[in-house]
Amino acid sequence: MHRMRRSVVTVFRTFLFALVVLIGGGTVVGGSRLVAQTTATPSGQMDRIAALEKQNADNTAAIAAAQSAGDNGWMLVSAALVLMMSGPGLALFYGGLVRQKNILGTMMQTFAMMAVITVLWALVTYSLAFGDGNAFIGGLHNVFLRGVGLAPDVKYAATIPLQTFMIYQLMFAIITPALITGAFAERMKFSAMLVFMVLWALFVYSPMAHMVWGKGGFLNASLGGRFPCLDFAGGTVVHVTSGVSALVTALYLGKRLGYPKVPMPPHSVVLSFIGACLLWVGWFGFNAGSALSAGTLATSAFVATHFGAAAAALSWSVAEWIRQGKPSALGAISGAVAGLVAITPAAGFVTPMSALLIGAIAGVFCYFMVVKVKAWFGYDDSLDAFGVHGAGGTIGAILTGLFANSVINPIFGAGKATGALEGNWHQLVNQLVGVAIAWCLSLVGTLIILFVVDKAIGLRVSVEEEREGLDISQHGEEGYDWAH
Amino acid sequence: MQKIEAVIQPSKLDAVKDALVEIGVDGMTITEARGHGRQKGHTEFYRGREYAVDLLPKVKLEVVVADGMAEKVILAITAAARTGAIGDGKIFVSKIDEAIRIRNDERGEIAL
Repeated sequence: MHRMRRSVVTVFRTFLFALVVLIGGGTVVGGSRLVAQTTATPSGQMDRIAALEKQNADNTAAIAAAQSAGDNGWMLVSAALVLMMSGPGLALFYGGLVRQKNILGTMMQTFAMMAVITVLWALVTYSLAFGDGNAFIGGLHNVFLRGVGLAPDVKYAATIPLQTFMIYQLMFAIITPALITGAFAERMKFSAMLVFMVLWALFVYSPMAHMVWGKGGFLNASLGGRFPCLDFAGGTVVHVTSGVSALVTALYLGKRLGYPKVPMPPHSVVLSFIGACLLWVGWFGFNAGSALSAGTLATSAFVATHFGAAAAALSWSVAEWIRQGKPSALGAISGAVAGLVAITPAAGFVTPMSALLIGAIAGVFCYFMVVKVKAWFGYDDSLDAFGVHGAGGTIGAILTGLFANSVINPIFGAGKATGALEGNWHQLVNQLVGVAIAWCLSLVGTLIILFVVDKAIGLRVSVEEEREGLDISQHGEEGYDWAH
Repeated sequence: MQKIEAVIQPSKLDAVKDALVEIGVDGMTITEARGHGRQKGHTEFYRGREYAVDLLPKVKLEVVVADGMAEKVILAITAAARTGAIGDGKIFVSKIDEAIRIRNDERGEIAL
């Protein structure tokens, strides 16, 4: 035992000695090379300068690559978040609000947009929205995504691949028509809905997106628009267009059978609740992602988004509490969505306190639109696509012109007044022009498309099909099978 | 044999069940039901629209017992399910001609 321990100690000592020799030898060899370098001639100094220049260039490239990787990472996550707003977010939100015989039909309308609008985007609508064109619509240079590669387009977003920009914008193009489906829920033919949406994407969404966000667009605030309308993430492009088109479709299709005498309460506020919460979370991608980078602007848009939603959930609930005696879950989530809609154009332009104000105003305003105005006029905007998105988008776009702050986003140049409260009252005019164009394009465009589709294949399901429900009549299946 | 059908408030189900087990009732059938009697239901609000909900959630409980047990069962149910407010429910009693145990073809009270 004792001898064994001694032999272990001997082996350990030998190992230590070998290690010291190795390290020592290495240091001596390395040291002599260092000495040789420092005693070099002037021509060696030129080499050093060249090496430093190369290193500097390498560093610059590495910094750019790191920023690009950071921005691209956030933008890909944002794109995924915005898709999450459609399915499952909006599909659940709307699905819970209809009667149970229509849940799959309603969810399929949103899901179909995820497929149809994507294919259409790849073929032609990306080019119409973001390709080079005139002030009102893009050209056909980018059809089939020609020229949409992995290098950035500096005019749109200098640090992310153009394909990231393209796929991110696609998610907006998907959810916008999906929002309209709330107005004609429970009564439109699936086939007619598909044709309507394809035409709508071509003739309403694409020109509106081009005017506000496209190069040289008529309303583009950062790329030389005639009337620079501030719309950070789609107050006009997404919410006014979808909301106003929703109103037109609700009026054109007429009321659901039995409305308003037959009670049509939501069949599951639980599903709507989950959907609305997914919308809230997804909206961070929608608004903060619209910074098109992962910097401070994304943070301020993120904060404004959250504050707007919270304030509106509160103000809608308070209004409901006062008028009806109880604050409902459906009211709270509807208020949150209204706030998110209204803060969409403003996020990225306004301070957190302004965001609270915008949300609070939007919550009460949309409550009033949904509860009072709809009842006055008697239209059947089934799931309140107009009352929440049309009304919330309009008030949000106007309030953006009031509260936009050059400290948050000096879009017109450093120190130049942005919003009306900073002294740039003319911005309110620009906002109103943007809103007016969005309203007119949606009213006229949607009306013409509805007329054409109605004459060609008919818009509404038959009376029997409507009684039976869209799940069975349009898709041959049921959302809930109680028998098995 | 007699069948006692009781339509009661869902919140009273556990109390009624316990009371029945206590007096020696071995089997019962429970159904989730909706209905109303003189109770007029309530109103619900969804986005400001008022909906009158007149068919309210109830639980229907069915027990078949020997003739001598019927009155005890009725007393147990009324005692356990009563709150004194409108909407407490109702009990219906009817005669049962035959009972058959599927497992072994036993018939009559022994099958209960």
